[in-house]
Amino acid sequence: MNLTLKSKLLIAGGFLVFVFLFIPFFISFSGRSDFYFTLTSVALLSIASAGVWLTFYIGRINIGQGAFSLIGAYVSAILVMKAGMNFWLTLPLAGLFTAFVSVLIGLPILRLKGVYFAMITLVLTQVVTLTALALPITNGARGIVSIPLPRELSVFGVTLIPDLGTMDNPKLAFYLISCVLMVLTYWVLYRLVNSRLGQICRSMQQNEELASSIGINIAYVRIIVFAISSFFGGIGGSMFGAIAQSVYPSTFQVKDSIDFMLNCFLGGLGYVFGPLLGTFVLYFGWDLLFILDKFQLLVYASIVIILMRFLPNGLLSIRFSNLRRKSD
Amino acid sequence: MTSILEVRNVTKKFGGLVAVNDVSFDVKKEEILSVIGPNGAGKSTLFKLISSFLKTTSGDVYFKGERISNLRPHIVAQKGVVRTFQETTIFKNMTVRETIIVAQHLRSKATLGGYFWGTKIAKEDNKAFGIQADELLDFIGLDSLRNEVASNLTQGNLRALGMAIGLATDPEILLLDEPFAGMNPEETMGMVDLVRLIRNERKVTVLLVEHDMSAVMSISERIVVLNFGSLIAEGTAQEIQNNEMVIEAYLGRADDALGA
Repeated sequence: MNLTLKSKLLIAGGFLVFVFLFIPFFISFSGRSDFYFTLTSVALLSIASAGVWLTFYIGRINIGQGAFSLIGAYVSAILVMKAGMNFWLTLPLAGLFTAFVSVLIGLPILRLKGVYFAMITLVLTQVVTLTALALPITNGARGIVSIPLPRELSVFGVTLIPDLGTMDNPKLAFYLISCVLMVLTYWVLYRLVNSRLGQICRSMQQNEELASSIGINIAYVRIIVFAISSFFGGIGGSMFGAIAQSVYPSTFQVKDSIDFMLNCFLGGLGYVFGPLLGTFVLYFGWDLLFILDKFQLLVYASIVIILMRFLPNGLLSIRFSNLRRKSD
Repeated sequence: MTSILEVRNVTKKFGGLVAVNDVSFDVKKEEILSVIGPNGAGKSTLFKLISSFLKTTSGDVYFKGERISNLRPHIVAQKGVVRTFQETTIFKNMTVRETIIVAQHLRSKATLGGYFWGTKIAKEDNKAFGIQADELLDFIGLDSLRNEVASNLTQGNLRALGMAIGLATDPEILLLDEPFAGMNPEETMGMVDLVRLIRNERKVTVLLVEHDMSAVMSISERIVVLNFGSLIAEGTAQEIQNNEMVIEAYLGRADDALGA
């Protein structure tokens, strides 16, 4: 785990080159532009998964991220359709609104621990889905459809993001923008975990009573962390809605919430980049098993169970355990 | 000497059970005061009431004239009243040094955002936390174990770590929860010396709750005795040892034994 700064920068640089140069080139040569949608989805889902990972970091099992992603998607869709706002402006607003909702929900439920917190969050996605079905503003089961593609974003006359509606290849643009958001998310997560807040979270994960005895306001830290976590969920959901150009109550379901959690487990709860790898492997794993037809779910579930049984610390633990063995 | 902590008519009821009944006493600045009593006397409950880990049913606790009962625990810690736990309550996956770095939370000058962005104040804080952690571990005698994961420590070292965690918050009064429980006489002697050292060198007032009579007698300047939730005696070790009611509480009444 103790990589030098140089090797960390090399890995990060290599990852950026791979994501922003290699993959677009590869796709344009092979002509498989359908990969853009898959990879864009992975990038966005990994943002939401990063949020779930952060709640794990304070010792809470969060199976409710789908709820916050759905809220984020609806906030952007409603602001774009009803208020005619620019999507890029609604993106941070969706994140902030989601964070605000998570504070209201978090205040009572973050007192719970373990399976009790997990159970409540499991219900959250269903609650938001049902609310979306019932409210007039979300247009019930018909959802919000035909959302226009995001308009141009310019600051002081400088175009940062061109109008996606007039572009030849909006898929590439969505891919690049989603990857930028993903990189930002994981940069923030990395900084958080390696700053004082990360230390405080680790202490709370292990013993909240002791943490409060040394003067840490545990209720406050829990809320802050849950809000950041939900902010990521809202951003991921909002962007997802913009790409799909539609939002339905079923856009994010309980299954998605469970997937977000599985991504974290599979990648590794001890590693900041665990949820990123987990999302990638789970998403592609599911797609690759498509050839198995009706056995898809059975084989998929079996593989997940086997992985968790033999790699309880996630996929990223393989590399590090090998390294350690070599150095011994 | 002036009183630093005042316990005033504190009562705690759990349903119909009166765990602590109208207890009042003072703790004087820089003294070592012990609360003792037989099993079920209400010592632990009283301890939690003082550190605000439990709310009082009635009565209050004052620290330097300011009420601290029924506040949230982290606020009581901020005011300078810090408790320790028994050895199982630690950050078990952290190293000893990491634990002490986290425990210096109350010394941090930067905000959480400041730490995230790495402002100048935050960097200075982080540097100071490291230096102070090493200094504190030297003082407490855990310097050779600084990179050991806490869950690998022996019982005695865990107690020392618990005290180091408390000291890292710069407390004015340290509340120790059964610091000698389950220790052999040799370990107890070491712990008694450590508690004295903490008081003498760091000028910290110590209030401890304890079972082990011999350790309490040798360390305490004053002792408070509880029985069935009520305060039955208060005084020096000498006075307590000769107090009829205390002997009765611990050994039973002479005529009880005859009658049985």
